[in-house]
Amino acid sequence: MSGELLRAEGIGKRFGGFVALEDITLSFAAGQLTSIIGPNGAGKSTFFNILSGALTPTSGKLHFRGRALNGLPQHRFVHQGISRSYQITNIFPDLSVHENVRVAAQALTVSYDIWRNRARLTELNTRADSALDAVGLLAKRNELAKFLSHGQQRALEIAIALVSEPELLLLDEPTAGMGPEETKDMVALLERLADKRTVLLVEHKMKMVLGLSKRVVVLHHGRLLADGAPYEIRSNPDVRRVYLGQSEGYG
Amino acid sequence: MTRPSSGEVLAKSAPSGLGRILDHRVLLSIAVLALLPWLLPSKALAVNVLIYGVVVMGYNLLFGYTGLLSFGQAAFFGAGAYFTGIAIGRYGVPWFAAVPIAVLLSTGLAALIGVVSTRTRGIYFSMVTLALAQLVYYVALQAASFTGGENGLRGFTVDRISLFGLQVNFLDPVNKYYVLMGFAGLAMWFQSRILNSPFGAVIEAIRENEQRARACGYDVERSKLVVFMLSGAISSLGGCMLALHLSIVPLDILHYQTSGMIVMMVLLGGARSFFGPFVGAASFLILEDVVSLWTPHWQIFVGAIFVLFVLFLPKGIWGTLLDAIGVGKARQ
Repeated sequence: MSGELLRAEGIGKRFGGFVALEDITLSFAAGQLTSIIGPNGAGKSTFFNILSGALTPTSGKLHFRGRALNGLPQHRFVHQGISRSYQITNIFPDLSVHENVRVAAQALTVSYDIWRNRARLTELNTRADSALDAVGLLAKRNELAKFLSHGQQRALEIAIALVSEPELLLLDEPTAGMGPEETKDMVALLERLADKRTVLLVEHKMKMVLGLSKRVVVLHHGRLLADGAPYEIRSNPDVRRVYLGQSEGYG
Repeated sequence: MTRPSSGEVLAKSAPSGLGRILDHRVLLSIAVLALLPWLLPSKALAVNVLIYGVVVMGYNLLFGYTGLLSFGQAAFFGAGAYFTGIAIGRYGVPWFAAVPIAVLLSTGLAALIGVVSTRTRGIYFSMVTLALAQLVYYVALQAASFTGGENGLRGFTVDRISLFGLQVNFLDPVNKYYVLMGFAGLAMWFQSRILNSPFGAVIEAIRENEQRARACGYDVERSKLVVFMLSGAISSLGGCMLALHLSIVPLDILHYQTSGMIVMMVLLGGARSFFGPFVGAASFLILEDVVSLWTPHWQIFVGAIFVLFVLFLPKGIWGTLLDAIGVGKARQ
């Protein structure tokens, strides 16, 4: 495939005797939004954790821009260009909104500098502000992150992931726990993001996924069940049986 | 909506009046400490506030700012004192060289203890630091030919020091106080720099959310080791000051009770505040002074007050005060 960004080859993951993922081989092209769906326990989160380095696969290989990622510690994944958000909001609650993003921007350049004054690293401040602007949170920059609404915290987490200018953005259920209004805002944000970069999305809300994605990957019991354009997925009998049938109209 | 430039937004967020004065935290702290000998009942008490203030300030970097509850900080306090005493008494090193040597050696010790302990988390971290610090205590107890064992380290006295060609009588309590205040000022300046630095942001991120910090691209384990060493270095400077002050090093300062006292002091004063450690050290030592006048069981009362603080003033005296006058949030 031309413009391939990420390739997973025979990825498997076991937890003791439990097989969470088995033999997942997928290739992701640069510049499109792909959704990963599947019923609870399908292995979506495990797959995501492997792609972001939080878990090491029991078998298989990951290639990112032609470079093997196996054995790399999690904190190096961001430096390779892979950044993520979490299913459960994962921010720095007692830091200001601006500092949440600024500290994420800083990770790529300075980590152990104990000498310079960080307020003078203006380039990082500017980058943090433009990431906040991109998710519509610039006006809230001086508030403590814990005082933001749920939807704003989800958006902040995306700004945190975004500020490292990742080539691959992994978003784990960005609309989890959101009401319809907040979901609408988030979908608009995702559409804007997908214009410019490669996004992998784990989502439960079916209509949203089928509307947003160029491609949908379906996992079931840790195995790859289907892979294709949204209209193909919608009419795929296997998918209808295990997933869509029980939750169409959901979300 | 026009987007404000970050300069404008920053200007809007800059604290005014009182907050602006508090931006010069190092100078302010030194100014307060300079008055201390004249405010407290004795010069000896004031010197102790300086010494413990520095030790607790170093600990605050680890506990308050990074969120790592160590029960072994006495190891670095003691190491600073012992290394200073041994360098002066045994090897005849002049005092001004003995102090940096002692700080460097103590930082090395912090690296050793840190490599082991920062791999663990939560209660395990607390227990490992406690155990390793006790190990240091027993080494000091057993290596009596170096350390004087149970009797403590003796045989080094700094009575006259020359400062920029000026001979100063170091036995005079006022002179002693202001010389040691110079060290405290240096430690405060160093700590303030760390807190303002990019690394200062990393440790706060780790305290707030370790998993997110790692996902942002920080090597959490290595950062913890670095802050453990910095914290040990600053606390060990307090030990150097103690050695110069007492001209003996009591074995007790390595004991885990000292570590516990350091934890109490930081909580009394206010973890995560810059001047809180000095307030905590002063309150604890004054309390001990006052209560022990009328009962030998002073620890019961200090303990009770400590419990009240943990329950009702979790930000400590200084942290609560800053909140009350409305600059607490800006400070953090």
